[in-house]
Amino acid sequence: MQQIVNGISLGSIYALIALGYTMVYGIIKLINFAHGDIYMIGAYTGFAVVTYTNLGFFPALIIAMIACSALGVVTEKVAYKPLRSASRIAVLITAIGVSLLMEYVMMFFVTADVRSYPDVLSNASFEIGGVIIKMQQIYILITTVLLMVFLQYIVHRTKVGKAMRAVSIDRDAAELMGIKVDQTISYTFAIGSALAGAAGVLVGIYYNSINPLMGIMPGLKAFVAAVLGGIGSIPGAMIGGMSIGVIENMVSGYGGSLIKDAVVFAILIIVLLVKPSGILGKNTREKV
Amino acid sequence: MKKLFTRNALITLILMAVSFVVVEVLIQANIITAYYQITLATICINIIMAVSLNLVTGFTGQFSLGHAGFMSIGAYTCGIITVANPTVGGFLTGIVMGAVLAALAGIIIGIPTLRLKGDYLAIATLGFAEIIRIIVQTLDITGGAAGLNGVPKFTNWPWFWFFTVLTIILVNNFIHSSHGRACIAIREDEIAAEAMGINTTKYKVMAFAVGAFFAGIGGALYASTFFFLKPATFGFLKSIDYLVIVVLGGMGSITGSVVAGIFLAVVNTVLAEFTAVRMIIYAALLVVVMIFRPQGLMGSKEITFKLLQKKPQSNKQE
Amino acid sequence: MPILTVNKLTKSFGGLTAVSNVNLQIEKGELVGLIGPNGAGKTTLFNLLTGVYEPTTGDIILETEGRSRKIQGKKPYDITKEGLARTFQNIRLFKDLTVMDNVRIAMHQNIKYMMPSAFLHGIKYHSEEERLVREAEELLNIFNLTDKKQELAKNLPYGEQRHLEIARALATRPELLLLDEPAAGMNPNETAELTKTIAWIREKFGLTILLIEHDMSLVMKICERIYVLDYGMMIANGTPEEIRKNKRVIEAYLGEDVN
Repeated sequence: MQQIVNGISLGSIYALIALGYTMVYGIIKLINFAHGDIYMIGAYTGFAVVTYTNLGFFPALIIAMIACSALGVVTEKVAYKPLRSASRIAVLITAIGVSLLMEYVMMFFVTADVRSYPDVLSNASFEIGGVIIKMQQIYILITTVLLMVFLQYIVHRTKVGKAMRAVSIDRDAAELMGIKVDQTISYTFAIGSALAGAAGVLVGIYYNSINPLMGIMPGLKAFVAAVLGGIGSIPGAMIGGMSIGVIENMVSGYGGSLIKDAVVFAILIIVLLVKPSGILGKNTREKV
Repeated sequence: MKKLFTRNALITLILMAVSFVVVEVLIQANIITAYYQITLATICINIIMAVSLNLVTGFTGQFSLGHAGFMSIGAYTCGIITVANPTVGGFLTGIVMGAVLAALAGIIIGIPTLRLKGDYLAIATLGFAEIIRIIVQTLDITGGAAGLNGVPKFTNWPWFWFFTVLTIILVNNFIHSSHGRACIAIREDEIAAEAMGINTTKYKVMAFAVGAFFAGIGGALYASTFFFLKPATFGFLKSIDYLVIVVLGGMGSITGSVVAGIFLAVVNTVLAEFTAVRMIIYAALLVVVMIFRPQGLMGSKEITFKLLQKKPQSNKQE
Repeated sequence: MPILTVNKLTKSFGGLTAVSNVNLQIEKGELVGLIGPNGAGKTTLFNLLTGVYEPTTGDIILETEGRSRKIQGKKPYDITKEGLARTFQNIRLFKDLTVMDNVRIAMHQNIKYMMPSAFLHGIKYHSEEERLVREAEELLNIFNLTDKKQELAKNLPYGEQRHLEIARALATRPELLLLDEPAAGMNPNETAELTKTIAWIREKFGLTILLIEHDMSLVMKICERIYVLDYGMMIANGTPEEIRKNKRVIEAYLGEDVN
């Protein structure tokens, strides 16, 4: 039980990151490797805000989200947009490049040292039936759920959301119907990056330590979560994120903390081989 | 009757021989000091790794982000064997075993994953390389996370030269054979290749295994040069290092990989003290090259000796 | 002897039945046309015959090299090895490779040296590669492409790309050749030229040919028999004369000129 509780809070963070992957993949068919680093930058922004301004948790969260969403949009405009018509591999390599660039530019400015977050949320914890639940875990879960409800609202109830869904189904047709494709892609990056920024702040608080390379592993795992849930599917990202979080905690709970990452990657490979469309995804095939 | 060597091949061979002699003389004269011999080693390993990755990614079109995984198999195999048997014989056994085991891993990993395409394949190979790294980290024989210490050094310039030249010649021969063309056809159009009777799965796995084989050699040389192995060395970033070389040099250009391999090793040495700066340059190069020249600096062209040649070189039967 | 027999072949994609209960028989040496309105399932049928898709139900029996066997569910490359080659409606050449390489790649399945020779370039390698070049040049000659053997396939004019696709298919040494709209995008002169070439290669290589074509002048002129597909069903089969008069065919084309 304890593992499940811990798994859910970790999983909600994966889910937040996975959403960005899934939205971006859905719309431009790109595994945005830099997404994990946006999350890292979100963590640093939150850190800077709470450390140097004495603002509380929520202002830090909002500022980090805004900063990340701006960064996400700029990245897309500068690095990915010129490659709209290039091969997917070229764009993927670019994404890897952008990812490295963010990591090492950060390393250059803030050094590779691990920083720890000041306590901005209550450290209290309580026990229900032998399971310890921290207040922080509750905050994480609440924040995640709120953000997801908000996201569902945007995607299904607003014009921007409708445009996003249209572009992800058929970009050319959407363009012919008068949808501004570039603008829609920007919105997608903005929203996805904001969620990653939020995840960064939450992780910083929860694990209390951040460093410039912290985005690599959670980024990859969130991608695994997105694939597991069905890439392109928002509820899929949530299910995938939670599952990965819980599985990872179960594995380390039963003495396998050394191999927990290997298990996650094994899941990825099995999903890709058995049902590449994931739990909630759709099948597509090439036309001959 | 055909000639045994085309003029281009002959010039290449002469160049290779000259490079050997010149570097050997420079080492004897102590102009290439022990410090710069590390750069020399890095150059050779870069070339071996990049040329073999180019076979998989550049020529066969299968995007792999796990090349360092195969390298680690070669490195640890050679490391363990030479620690147990610190002789030249042990060293050679280590290289051969390392290469063979890496190739085997390539086959085992390739058969299931090469059904995937493009970015999905990339992420699956990345996953496998991470799994290899984690396995190495948990085993006793590899020294676990602490690493394998005290691998005896047998590598020197003649060995490096030999294995680098061997890799270049064999891979180059392969892509200029019917089997190699089958691989290139897969990159160009997989469905058409199948319709032309090419067993695409077989040739993808074959390219993957051959690539892994040479990556195993690269890893073995690494082990013997750098004395100390730890699992973290062969992570995702190491795979990216070699991908950068292939992309910079040009996907499908062996000479491109050679030139880019040398260039980046030199950059590495110059910026050895400034890891962050070096990585920023790497990353920026990657992005800029992709935006302005997505096919890499050389594209799929080879650097040839046009001036000395009368006919185009792609037809070997002139 | 029939070289190809198709029994009750059906292919569904989800709820959509693209090919429904199709029967078809082609005798050795015949030149047969497959026509039908857009979306009738012609290319899907080709994809079933060549193993790109697996049929939902039904049999495909190929009799080449004196053997008869079912080929449904086999991989495309295995089917090609059995002597069935094809071209593609939306030209699928190896665009960034030379004309020569395009043809040589299709000859790969008949190559007689193994991996070690591929790495070491031994004696066998040299003799085989020479043979390949010689045979490829012979094929290119038929289509007047010899002069362009070092050009990249993508730089050829459209009509020549179609020719190269046929040359490449021939390089696999087929007994049965499937041509998917070989004259698409050609002008009347080019089409007339192609018509002659098809008749000629059929003689020269002893081929059986099944072709999809929208250009009725070509189909009516060279095909001995024609099958008509509409909404996935085979609605008619007969000589060009019979097809021209067939009520159902005229209906299917709904005023399209069958003459």
